[in-house]
Amino acid sequence: MNVEAQALEPPVEPVRRFRFTPLTRRRWATFRAHKRGYYSLWIFLALYLVSLCAELVANDKPLFVWHKGGAYVPALVAYPETAFGGQFETEADYSDPAVQKMIADNGWAIWPIIPYSYKTIDYDIGAELPDGPSARHWLGTDDQGRDVLARLIYGFRLSVSFGLLLTVFSSMIGVAAGAVQGFFGGWTDLLLQRAIEIFQSLPLLYLLIIVSTMVQPGFFTLLGVLLLFSWMALVRVVRAEFLRARNLEYVRAARALGLKNGKIMFKHILPNAMVATLTFLPFVLNASITTLTSLDFLGFGLPRGSPSLGELLSQARNNLNAPWLGVSGFMVMAIMLSLLIFIGEAVRDAFDPRRAA
Amino acid sequence: MSEAGTPLLEVENLGVNFRSEGRIIEAVKGATFTLRRGETLSLVGESGSGKSTAAMSIMQLLPYPIASHPTGSIRLDGQELVGADERTMQRVRGHRIALVPQEPLTSLNPLHTIDRQIIESIRQHQPDITKEAALARTIELLKLVGLRDAENRVKSYPHELSGGQRQRVMIAMALANEPDLLIADEPTTALDVTVQAQVLDLLQKLQKQLGMAMLLITHDLGIVRKMAERVCVMTDGVIVEAGNTAEVFDNPRHAYTKKLLDAEPRGRPLETAQEPACVMEADDLKVHFPIKGWFGKPRGHVKAVDGISIRIRRGKTLGVVGESGSGKSTMGLALLRLIKSQGGIRFCEEPIDMRNTKEMRRFRDRMQIVFQDPFASLSPRLTIAQIIEEGLINFRPELGRQERRDAVRQMLDEVGLRGNILDRYPHEFSGGQRQRIAIARAIILKPDFVVLDEPTSALDMSVQGQIVDLLRDLQEKHGLTYLFISHDLKVVRALAHDIVVMKDGHVVEHGPADGIFESASSAYTKELISAAFDLRARDPAMTTVSS
Repeated sequence: MNVEAQALEPPVEPVRRFRFTPLTRRRWATFRAHKRGYYSLWIFLALYLVSLCAELVANDKPLFVWHKGGAYVPALVAYPETAFGGQFETEADYSDPAVQKMIADNGWAIWPIIPYSYKTIDYDIGAELPDGPSARHWLGTDDQGRDVLARLIYGFRLSVSFGLLLTVFSSMIGVAAGAVQGFFGGWTDLLLQRAIEIFQSLPLLYLLIIVSTMVQPGFFTLLGVLLLFSWMALVRVVRAEFLRARNLEYVRAARALGLKNGKIMFKHILPNAMVATLTFLPFVLNASITTLTSLDFLGFGLPRGSPSLGELLSQARNNLNAPWLGVSGFMVMAIMLSLLIFIGEAVRDAFDPRRAA
Repeated sequence: MSEAGTPLLEVENLGVNFRSEGRIIEAVKGATFTLRRGETLSLVGESGSGKSTAAMSIMQLLPYPIASHPTGSIRLDGQELVGADERTMQRVRGHRIALVPQEPLTSLNPLHTIDRQIIESIRQHQPDITKEAALARTIELLKLVGLRDAENRVKSYPHELSGGQRQRVMIAMALANEPDLLIADEPTTALDVTVQAQVLDLLQKLQKQLGMAMLLITHDLGIVRKMAERVCVMTDGVIVEAGNTAEVFDNPRHAYTKKLLDAEPRGRPLETAQEPACVMEADDLKVHFPIKGWFGKPRGHVKAVDGISIRIRRGKTLGVVGESGSGKSTMGLALLRLIKSQGGIRFCEEPIDMRNTKEMRRFRDRMQIVFQDPFASLSPRLTIAQIIEEGLINFRPELGRQERRDAVRQMLDEVGLRGNILDRYPHEFSGGQRQRIAIARAIILKPDFVVLDEPTSALDMSVQGQIVDLLRDLQEKHGLTYLFISHDLKVVRALAHDIVVMKDGHVVEHGPADGIFESASSAYTKELISAAFDLRARDPAMTTVSS
């Protein structure tokens, strides 16, 4: 009689504590099938990994020094000049010919591919600044004699890290706010939504200008201020998902089981709302990076001297006779944003149920 | 029916394959059938048996090139349709072959009035027809399908019509160009039993009148018996039995046909003691939804449930019947205090109507609910174990992880799901299996009272019977008390001791089940009974009134 039960006779299966759901595996397959997005992800990860090790790629300190039978790693540890036989107690300046000579006399040094850090000023350029691309500075220097390539590598790292942090924090706040709005609905939703709309209409730029007159904006103050305004991006999406889901039968069933609201929200609805959220993330990341760049461009961003793409672009505007500044800054921005958009497209496809067939 | 010799449609050794992630799924394997003019052939089988796929390939409407036909031919009046080019097919579709789809709500464009949609399909195949003539023809068609007040209704939007009316519009649209072949793909599955009977009557009448051939796809053997002259039984993409309907039904040869015929809901409710204690009582229960006007001031109320008093005694089943919109599900939710209501509710002699959400939590393990749609009622991202053990985590915190898993396994065994399925996800299961999982979730806490909100109506007919048997077994074993909500009296009769018939939020009739089935007093109840058991719209007058 019980035909259904027979159909289910155990397809003997080892009990695994953790496995990707078939859904996740299918999504990963769809993501991989989206070639452009898939390769973009790897290129982006590779670039970010390289830039995370920027100190080992572009630095004005040697990676390794062998001096009088002793090993030194100046890129990671600060050694006083006296260690190499000099006179100063301060950290050795390895770009100083005198120091270089001391090391060369008693051993050898391995330099990074780009022997300049983002803040290294090359005083030995005979030409007028900014100097064009040459064997010494592959992408030329900026108007203070700093290596453009080194600044790009550090700038990429800073931009992406800033963007990632901003995305993570603003997603957490946005998802929480959207969840509360959508789940409780009614007056809660109405009041919060109006509050958000008012908040959204505050002019961000003026606020930043005011903040920058009061405190010197650093990485984290800037993160905090931008966070105040960027968390609203996801609220709408998550709210819509929760509004839809709160009347679904499985949520009703959870209520009938006497579950508390918090548990219903996190265990039952949130996993289903994550699809919309994840699809949005690459675009939020893009927006965060662009915001930081434009603030730097206007001079209200990171402190002076920070390796920032916006600052490079603003130098390019001030030095129209030095096209390498604009071209390299533009290329890095364009490539970075395009990669993220491609990844975002692939993520969107992967989560699209209609494409999953 | 005059040219009985030449078949209108010949399907020969038809195969349909779907390509998915590098694998090939054979949906239809070597189906062969013919259909003569004026004849009705029914393809019957459970969901997933390939019956709709076979029908769609006649219109060449499958998602090519994901779908392909490795073998076979489909000939309409001798013309080969497999692999025919798009222009040929466009002339065939809607003109010679028309389709009545399952879901009339999603098949109509919500932004266009119905006249626009019907005129569009007329002009598609008769480009010379004038606008006025097309409109006149549309009104004529709508009259033909029994849409009352067709002259005024012709300008309505789909959302202004009821489900039955929309299905009538779809039929009118299908008939617009007087097709030779009408394919009806589960035309009544989304409709109430009473409306179903009306639509079936209409299809039968029109077919006779217009001399069309009809290919009827359904999972309901009752419909086959009423409508079709010949039947093909399909399972797993294979036609296992074909022949005259009466012969196949009286003398089924294939085991699968026998199983289908066996599976209709049957049996009688359990014997119980005379007057056991009341588990759930409601006095003058009302659920009114405010219609909000400007600034949230209510303009009026939708009275979903309007003054209902019921008593349900331990170990018994109260059946609640009525068409959709009669307020029966709302009443179920209100009794469990899952929506706001007025009026007294007592659960095991304890008044619960004034308790707030928090206070209600301690009752939740003793009252449970099983929903209609097993696809919506299980969270897609939780495993079966997580879904079922949720109640245990909440109400039996003393149990350890392993004890909980053991309890879940035992419960799954009880609802007839064996095997290592604890860590699988709902989408891997069929509708019937999912409904068993939903029942396991409700019963694992050993509740006193369970609301069953149309637990069988989203399922195939063959599975409905199994679920009814399961519910009866569980009731006997655990002494459960049920409130069984359904629009289908056939299922209700197999379980309910007492019956409440609801219409527009009111009780029309109330009493012991036997009494109601034998001598219903109200016309409405009689109509429900004849629609459910004979698939007949009782009274032509009623047909138009309630459509």
